[in-house]
Amino acid sequence: MSPSVRLQEMIRVIRSARTQGEERGVIQRECAAIRAQFRQADNGGRSHNLAKLLYVHMLGYPAHFGQMECVRLIASPRYNEKRVGYLGAMMLLDENQDASLLITNSIKNDLAHSSQYVQSLALCTLACMGSAEMCRDLAPEIDRLLRASSSYIKKKATLCAVHIVRKVPELGELFTPAARALLAEKNHGVLHGAVILITELCERNAQTLVQFREAVPELVHIMRGLVTSGYSPEHTVAGISDPFLQVRILRLLRILGRNNDTASDAMNDLLAQVATNTDSSKTAGSAVLYETVLTVMDIKSESGLRVLAVNILGRFLLNNDRNIRYISMTSLQKIVSTDHNAVQRHRGTIVDCLKDQDASVKRRALELSLALVSAINIRSMMKELLLFLSTCPPELKSHAASGIFNAAERYSPSQRWHIDTILHVLITAGADVRDETVPNLIQLITNASQLHCYTVHKLYRALVADISQQPLVQVACWCIGEYGDSLLQGDCEETEPIQVTEDDILDALETVLQSHMSSPATRGFALTATMKLSTRITENVDRIRSIVSIYGSCMDVELQQRAVEYNALFKKYDHMRAAVLEKMPVMDRSSMGQTNGESGGGGVQELEPTKPKQPEMMVAPQPASQVGGGEGGGGHGF
Amino acid sequence: MRFMLLFSRQGKLRLQKWYVPLGDQEKRRLGRELVQTILGRKAKMCSFLEWRDLKVVYKRYASLYFCCAIEEQDNELITLEVIHRYVELLDKYFGSVCELDIIFNFEKAYFILDEFLLGGEAQETSKKSVLKAIEQADQLTSTCYQQASPRITSPTCYEHA
Repeated sequence: MSPSVRLQEMIRVIRSARTQGEERGVIQRECAAIRAQFRQADNGGRSHNLAKLLYVHMLGYPAHFGQMECVRLIASPRYNEKRVGYLGAMMLLDENQDASLLITNSIKNDLAHSSQYVQSLALCTLACMGSAEMCRDLAPEIDRLLRASSSYIKKKATLCAVHIVRKVPELGELFTPAARALLAEKNHGVLHGAVILITELCERNAQTLVQFREAVPELVHIMRGLVTSGYSPEHTVAGISDPFLQVRILRLLRILGRNNDTASDAMNDLLAQVATNTDSSKTAGSAVLYETVLTVMDIKSESGLRVLAVNILGRFLLNNDRNIRYISMTSLQKIVSTDHNAVQRHRGTIVDCLKDQDASVKRRALELSLALVSAINIRSMMKELLLFLSTCPPELKSHAASGIFNAAERYSPSQRWHIDTILHVLITAGADVRDETVPNLIQLITNASQLHCYTVHKLYRALVADISQQPLVQVACWCIGEYGDSLLQGDCEETEPIQVTEDDILDALETVLQSHMSSPATRGFALTATMKLSTRITENVDRIRSIVSIYGSCMDVELQQRAVEYNALFKKYDHMRAAVLEKMPVMDRSSMGQTNGESGGGGVQELEPTKPKQPEMMVAPQPASQVGGGEGGGGHGF
Repeated sequence: MRFMLLFSRQGKLRLQKWYVPLGDQEKRRLGRELVQTILGRKAKMCSFLEWRDLKVVYKRYASLYFCCAIEEQDNELITLEVIHRYVELLDKYFGSVCELDIIFNFEKAYFILDEFLLGGEAQETSKKSVLKAIEQADQLTSTCYQQASPRITSPTCYEHA
C-alpha cells in the first residue's frame, strides 16, 4: 500500500462529511487515533500521522498536541520523517512557543548532515521560524555554509542569513565578508540570495553601505550581462532574462546610489539601457521597468534619465492592464512634488482614471489629481473633481471634499466661483465635509459683499430643495437670517429672479426647526436666523414672536436659552433689537477664532455675533447707563 | 514576503505559509478577514490592494486564489511573477494541476513551495532546478519508505541522494 493512502483516505472521509457537526465528529475520532499513535513506540507510520494532524490543523482545528511529535520526528534519522517533522514545526511551532527551542539542537546537527537535502530542511525551517535566540546560536554554522561548495546549499544559506540579519541586525557584521565574495557567483539562485543579503546589510549599517558602493561596477556588469545576453531558457520569463534577479539588483543599486553622485553616475548608462531596451508587453518586463523607474527617481540621476523614467510611467498609465495603471499612479504620487511639471504632462490620463471601476485605482487617481491642481487648470480640474465627487464610492467622499476645498481656496479664479464650488460640494456630499467648513464658508460669504444677493438666492433654492445636508442647511439659515431682505426684493443680477414672500422664508426656517433630520446645532442656526429676520421683514414679526416663544420651553437647553433671550429682546429690550440684530461686519480669520472660542455651544461652531454680550445684559439686567454702553458695543460685533 | 495564502472561492484555506511570528489565533483571524476582503472584490479589479498596513497581491487561477502579503518596499509586479512561477511549478509537478491535487497532496504543495521560496524570498529562479530538487527529495523519501523497518538504525537511503 502506497504510503499516502491513509492520509488521503482521511481527507476523503472528512470532505464527505455533509455538515459541520459531522466533520467535527470525524475529526475528533481521527485526532484521538492520532494521539494514540503518538503515544506508541515507533511504528513506521509516524510521518503519516503527523501529516494527518497537519491537515486537520489547516482546517482550523487545534493541533498543539502534535508539537512534541514534530520535535521527535525532526530528530529521527529517516529523511521522510524529518521532512514531515520540519514541515510540522513550520506550521505548528512559532518562535513564541517553548517547544521551538527544543529543535535548535536538531537543526544544528542537520546543518552539518552529509545529505544536502537534510541540510536543506534545516535551513528552510530556520529561515522560516527561527527565533532571535536560535539565530544567535546557529549564525556561525550559517556563515560556514555560505562558503560551502554546493550552490544548492549556498543559495539556501544566503537566505537563511537574510532571516538572521532581519532578526538580529548585529549579526550582519559576521556575514559581510562572505556576502561580498558571493557576488562573484555564477549560479543565479546564489546570486539572487546574495543580492538580497547585501541589500539587508546595507540598509541596516551605514558603514557596510559605504563599503558595498565599491561593488557598483560589478553589479552594473552583472545587470548588463542579463540585459544583453542571448536567450537562456532556464531563467527567461516572457523574453526577459531572470526578471527576479534583475529587480533585486536594481533595488540594491537604488540603495547604493541614493545621495551619492559617484555611485549614481556609475549606474546611469545601465539604467538608461534597461529603461530603453526592456520589453514591457508582459508583466515580467513591466516589473523590471517599474523597479528601474523607482531607482532612477531615487538616485542622483541626470535630468534626461528622469524624463525618460517619467515617460515610462506615462506609458504605463495608458496600459490596458489595470495593475500597471495602478503601479504607475503609485509611482507618480511619489514624485509629483519633485518632478511636478513632468507629471503635469500626464494630467489628462490621470483624470480619466478617476472614472475607473476599481476603487483602488480611483483613490490613486484622486490623490494625484489633487496634487496636480494649479492656478492654470483649476477650472477644468474642478469640473472633473466635482463630477467625481458625485459618483465616487462613499469611503472617498470625505477626502475628495476636503481636497476640493483646499484646491478652491488656493486657486479660485473668482469669489463667485469659489462660493459656487463650495455650495456644489455641500449639495453633493454635505454629510462628509469637516466641521470647520461651515464657519469657513460663512466667512467667505461675508467677505464677498457684492455677492450677498446671489448667494442668498442660491442657498434659499438649495434649502427648499433639500434640508438633509446639515452643513448646507446651517449656512443657508445663516445667510437667510443675514440677507433675507435681499431675498425678498426678488431680483438679483447674477441669477434668475424668484418670488419669495416673507411667509415662504419663515416656512422654510420653521421646517428646518421642526424636522427630525436637523441636528441641534442646525436648529440653533435656524432659530437665530428667524430672530434676525424680525428686523429685516415688515409684516410677519408676530409670527416670529410666536415661534420664538414656543421654543422658550424646548427640551434642548441650548435652544431654550436662545429662545428665552430672544423673547426678552422682544419684550423688555425691544428698543435695542434693531441694533443687536444688525448686519454682521466683514470678518477676518483672526477675529473668527475669538468668536468661536467665546460663543461655545453645539458641535459646529456657529457665529452668533451678539451672544457673548447678551448673557451679560439679560441675565443680570444692568442699570441704563451700562446698558447704553453695552448697546454701543453689542450691535457692532467685535 | 510576510505570508502566502491559497484559498478556494468558498473561502476554504488550502495552504498557508507564514514567514512572520504570529500566534495561531492571530493567524486565523487575519487569514479569515483577508480572505473575506479578497472574495468581496469584483473580477476585473486590480490585483493589488492596501489592507490594514499591508500590501497584498493576489491572483485567481481557476478555483484557487493565490494571495501574498508583501513588504512596503517590495515590487508588486514581480510578486505576481512569483505567484505565477509557483503555479507553473505545481502544474509541472502534478501535471495540469487542479484544486483537488492541492487538497489531497497538500504536504507536497508545501514541499514544492519550500523549494522555491525560503524565508519569504525566492531561492531559485530556474524552474528546472526547483523541479529537479523536488524530484531528488521525493526519490529520497520513497527510498526511505521502501526501507520502512523499525530495526534499521542507520538508514542507507541517503546514499542514493
